[in-house]
Amino acid sequence: MKSFLKIFSILIFLGCSLNFYSSAAEKVEYLKTDWSFKGLFGKFDRGSLQRGYQVYTEVCASCHSMKYLSYRNLAEDGGPEFSVAEAKAIAASFDVTDGPNADGEMFIRPAKLSDKFVMPYENIKAAQAANGGAYPPDMSVLVKARGGGVDYIYSLLQGYEEAPSGITLDDGVYYNKYMYGNNIKMSAPLSDDLIEYGDGTKATVEQMSKDVTTFLMWAAEPHLESRHRMGFKAIVYLIILTILVYFSMKKIWSRVESEV
Amino acid sequence: MSEKKTNRRDFLFTATYAVGAVGVGAAVWPMIDQMNPDASVKALASTEVDISSVKPGNTITVLWRGKPVFIRRRTQEEITEARLVKMEDLIHPEKDEDRAKNPEWLVMLGVCTHLGCVPLNDKGDYDGWFCPCHGSHYDTSGRIRKGPAPWNMEVPKYEFVNANTIKIG
Amino acid sequence: MSDNEYIPKSKVGKWFNDRLPLLTLANHLTDYPTPKNLNYWWTFGGILTFCLITQIITGLTLAMHYIAHADMAFESVEHIMRDVNYGWLIRYIHANGASMFFLAVYIHIFRSLFYGSYKSPREIIWIIGIIIYLLMMAAAFMGYVLPWGQMSFWGATVITNLFSAIPLVGEGIVTWLWGGYSVDNPTLTRFFTLHYLIPFLILGLVVLHIWALHVPGNNNPVGIDIKKPSKDTVPFHPYIVIKDGFALLMFMIVFAFFVFYSPNILGHADNYIEANPMVTPAHIVPEWYLLPFYAILRSVPDKLLGVIAMLSAILILAVLPWLDTSKIRSAVFRPLYKQFYWILVADVLILGYMGAMPAEGLYLLIARVATAYYFLHFLVVLPLLGFKEKTLPVPLSITEPVLGGMANLATAKQNESIDKIK
Repeated sequence: MKSFLKIFSILIFLGCSLNFYSSAAEKVEYLKTDWSFKGLFGKFDRGSLQRGYQVYTEVCASCHSMKYLSYRNLAEDGGPEFSVAEAKAIAASFDVTDGPNADGEMFIRPAKLSDKFVMPYENIKAAQAANGGAYPPDMSVLVKARGGGVDYIYSLLQGYEEAPSGITLDDGVYYNKYMYGNNIKMSAPLSDDLIEYGDGTKATVEQMSKDVTTFLMWAAEPHLESRHRMGFKAIVYLIILTILVYFSMKKIWSRVESEV
Repeated sequence: MSEKKTNRRDFLFTATYAVGAVGVGAAVWPMIDQMNPDASVKALASTEVDISSVKPGNTITVLWRGKPVFIRRRTQEEITEARLVKMEDLIHPEKDEDRAKNPEWLVMLGVCTHLGCVPLNDKGDYDGWFCPCHGSHYDTSGRIRKGPAPWNMEVPKYEFVNANTIKIG
Repeated sequence: MSDNEYIPKSKVGKWFNDRLPLLTLANHLTDYPTPKNLNYWWTFGGILTFCLITQIITGLTLAMHYIAHADMAFESVEHIMRDVNYGWLIRYIHANGASMFFLAVYIHIFRSLFYGSYKSPREIIWIIGIIIYLLMMAAAFMGYVLPWGQMSFWGATVITNLFSAIPLVGEGIVTWLWGGYSVDNPTLTRFFTLHYLIPFLILGLVVLHIWALHVPGNNNPVGIDIKKPSKDTVPFHPYIVIKDGFALLMFMIVFAFFVFYSPNILGHADNYIEANPMVTPAHIVPEWYLLPFYAILRSVPDKLLGVIAMLSAILILAVLPWLDTSKIRSAVFRPLYKQFYWILVADVLILGYMGAMPAEGLYLLIARVATAYYFLHFLVVLPLLGFKEKTLPVPLSITEPVLGGMANLATAKQNESIDKIK
């Protein structure tokens, strides 16, 4: 018993030091908020996801693409869970180019559930040209592509400040205390009451930041909820089996005079 | 060793094996299910077809789920011919009325039920389709009449969205 | 397989076994006499087998959906994560499985170092193990390239550029590795091919590793030769099977925590940005399991010498059985070696940490000292220790761990008979 506890604690220690290794590089203090999707049973807040989608589509989507998401995702389990009819209506409000038709011509039609999110620009070059050379990154996996994850995005959206004296900024460059190097080419995207939430929630910068970050987390990890559910079951199962195997082992080894 | 002790040991081992087997099963399932159609494939499960330009006696072929679908605008003679066939004469008895809700339009998967080839239009001994691979003859309702195919060509789920549009799937 | 006496009971079994002795093999594996004092550090061989099989199965299933093309690789990984049934689970098991594999292999290697399992007559087992370890690193590196993120791309660029350190032919070799003038689609497709191939090479070597192990049998914590089968041994099944199974389950609990609750913590965020040949990420860091060697590479100021130092750090392990001159295997009876062993463990951990830090200032200095000590341990400390160290008395057998004895069974027996005569 003693020896396996020892080895188990060593395994956990090594596991933790692996975590430490990978997080050692990040030392910035980010703004904190209570994310509903963290922890063993973490789930998304549906209302927040739906509001987040509204922020994304009314504010971010004019520059940022989300090319790996489809409109059907909006109605899928574990996401914003719009009804299928709502998701269809959302899709139909966008136009996509399809074709070629029987005459060999491309045509425009309303988007369907199976279509990917419509991109604001044709390609990266066009996006750069329209944004002073800076490419607004695709947001599909953005929270996983930044060291600080959701805390970083949440902080960045609220991190715009007057540049401290002594720092001069070029045209089209803004000061953000959470941005790497503090210079960002995106102007502050949010301001109080910039949009009007459908559910009547007050659209403060803090609220919108939280909602859109939640939405981005879901966009990057659409199966987070089933992952948490399955993980809990898997670990409970493993613990039960481990206990059974432990007693079987004791039983078997009792035939020889040796300590296990 | 007393009998009671043996039983207890057996129970412990049996329980361990049983719980272990459940886990192996649960672990194997994702590896199998990953080969089933994924979410993006399932999302493409329906397609809408404009049929306004199809003339009587003509067939258009559209792609649905990677398979050809025949949409035939039948003539009155073809409809009459299909409806007069006696059930006893059919290998796979199905009424034409059940296969074509709107008698003018026959919608079916253009896949021979023998081994999956695409039959040819307006060919064969029954004025319908003929499969060149192994010689199956289908009538004007797409029913198998002669040859190795066991069933009639399959009618997919479809509906008329309006007079000019059919939604398949 | 020496125990040829096995004869199947059934007629069919005998008929089959005479033509292909699979049943003899199965019987050998079941009855294989194993020292009964093996502790839990010995369960990592079984755990590693589990890791390899898991990687192969999840890898095969991922390959059914992955597209090895520079324009589509990143997207196909996202497709796996979003649309494929259980795709996210399979990918997270595969990605974290690589880390767990290395975690287990490091424990396995350091167990061998502590108990002297690499010493005569087990040198071949050890050398095959080192080859497996090298192939694992190659497979892991190429696997990391496949998602075609920023770290994939720049990791591939940096590592392949190591070959440019070779005088005269270096540049040519790098171009040949790339199949172009930079890391690009031809590089990706060949890495995919090799990443698919190497696990099966490893599997073959694992068979040889176990075959070579079954000739002398397992070493054990006491490090003495034992008679087998004897009262010092137990049959592999069920005793070792159930013990390995128990340890494996605990390992799987840790594994599951990573997969389900922090699947991306061991990866680098930059790898979720699609590869861009125009922009290098701020910090290029290899996966954690390569960090000690990365630190050695960077601590040498010369390009060619740095590469040589890094390679030597691994290859020196292959000649370890001849560098360690001590006749006693287990560190239990080597008080001095035991201390140096733990210093080496600390040294490797320090190297790993320095590999993750920027190569400048104090970090670089510490990395250099640690690198120097690493080589000192193998090239100076170990050879000298064999002559200078005063070892503790070694027991005669596992069951009689008292009287002074010899590491070698034959000598011990001789002593025993001498004692009897007296």
